[in-house]
Amino acid sequence: MSFDVDRVREDFPILNQMIYGKPLVYLDNAASTQKPAIVIDTISKYYSGQNSNVHRGVHYLSMMATEAFENARKNIADFINAKNSNELIFTSGTTESINLVAHSFGRKFISEGDNIIISTMEHHSNIVPWQILCEEKNAKLSVIPINEEGEIDFEAFKKMLNKKTGLIAITHVSNALGTVNPIKKIIDLAHDFDVPVLIDGAQGISHFKVDVSELDCDFYCFSAHKMFGPMGVGALYGKEKYLEKMLPYKAGGEMIKKVTFEKTTFNELPFKFEAGTPNVAGVLGFDAAINYLKELSIEKTSTYEEEIFKYATNALQEIDGLRIIGNAKEKISIISFLIGDIHPFDAGTIIDKTGIAVRTGHHCAEPLMDRYKIPGTIRASFVFYNTKQEVDSLVKSIQVVKNMFE
Amino acid sequence: MEIKEIENQIVEEFDNFDDWMDKYTYLIEMGKSLPLIENKYKIDNNLISGCQSKVWLHASYENGKVIFTADSDAIITKGIINLLIRIFSHQAPDEIINAELNFIDEIGLKEHLSPTRSNGLLSMIKQMKLYALVFKTKMQNK
Repeated sequence: MSFDVDRVREDFPILNQMIYGKPLVYLDNAASTQKPAIVIDTISKYYSGQNSNVHRGVHYLSMMATEAFENARKNIADFINAKNSNELIFTSGTTESINLVAHSFGRKFISEGDNIIISTMEHHSNIVPWQILCEEKNAKLSVIPINEEGEIDFEAFKKMLNKKTGLIAITHVSNALGTVNPIKKIIDLAHDFDVPVLIDGAQGISHFKVDVSELDCDFYCFSAHKMFGPMGVGALYGKEKYLEKMLPYKAGGEMIKKVTFEKTTFNELPFKFEAGTPNVAGVLGFDAAINYLKELSIEKTSTYEEEIFKYATNALQEIDGLRIIGNAKEKISIISFLIGDIHPFDAGTIIDKTGIAVRTGHHCAEPLMDRYKIPGTIRASFVFYNTKQEVDSLVKSIQVVKNMFE
Repeated sequence: MEIKEIENQIVEEFDNFDDWMDKYTYLIEMGKSLPLIENKYKIDNNLISGCQSKVWLHASYENGKVIFTADSDAIITKGIINLLIRIFSHQAPDEIINAELNFIDEIGLKEHLSPTRSNGLLSMIKQMKLYALVFKTKMQNK
């Protein structure tokens, strides 16, 4: 059966509204996706009927909440095909997941003179934690260059990789260019040198099937809110062999086994890394989002998304003076562009007035913008609830921009 | 003209526009007639931090009045800063420091006022008031 986008749009209450008197066209999905009613209802149901702290109480509500919370962990771990659900740590999102690894893995395994490899197209969240770590440890940050199309230079990467490499941290999909990186190739090569690989999966996981066992990545970081779940919750998948050896980076309740004033023994995985009361409602909402995606079938949504993405790319390419930044062969869902010499801020201000939500600016990837010598881009990002009519609206809006500024 | 009078004048000008497009077309026009900063002042030191468009602002002090010039790489930003310059330039430091600027709300540009809105309208106003304060302090210490 083909994908019924009109039906699916009904699941998202927010989409059915007017902005400045025009129907909302939401094309800022790479920043955050909208939430289906089932996610909103799950959170509301939790607070109105189940709210209780997890892992501690012997009373009914606490046990129910704990069970739901731990079932969510199993379900999400299963969604990415992790071998064991204790390899799935709940965090506040991709940023915290990366920071957790930078602190806990970094402190333990990175030493003076090591190098950490990232790429030119990383989000600031996958640059700055490593910069801080390198400064602390006197280690070196090596950056894989990219070509004009926005693809990493694999040969350059090979040359950077050696026995002193402590970690590779790279994005699955570039948030600013849409490039899909050849992470399987990177991981396989890295493992020849016994180097672990962290994948920033924030932009990947909602668009295609991610199988951490098949990828054999050592860490995979992702956020619920970019995959139709709530904000403020996300996950870190990590291989047990590393997580076991890493020390907690947050201390408090839940992460301990026994505390005396002389000595504290830490709890086992995954609780060792989950100090304090977790975002239970968020985790249950996250779980509901995963179930929603499973029900839609990610094979169907990605096929439909590919169709929309191709339609949008062709439509935008036909606009005179429009330049797409990033034309990688492997690319999904994100189109970054500039219209003639018009500043992205100017264009974005006008596009907003036509009821269309796009992102403008450097997309938290300043080094990447410097690479292209541009102040920023206009970014349209698509998911399965977007339509061809919405793409047409964007094209019309760009014509308005051109008329106003050119 | 006093600050309040100029504000009223701007509000009246914007009252002529029924829709957003005319309003922004006018802002773009205003952007083109911005009193431009001299090239020698278009330096990083004179940049107002804002994440999307760059704004350079320069202030000088002549006969008890502050004179502002500016530039930006985005034209709508230039239009907005031109409005501010119309209001603040050639005014006494005290007038600038105490101005409340109600016009932004009245002409429907309030959305540009949020602290995170990256054209940094708030930062521009803050920087202009800061210059006024510096000139005032300098004069008092003379």
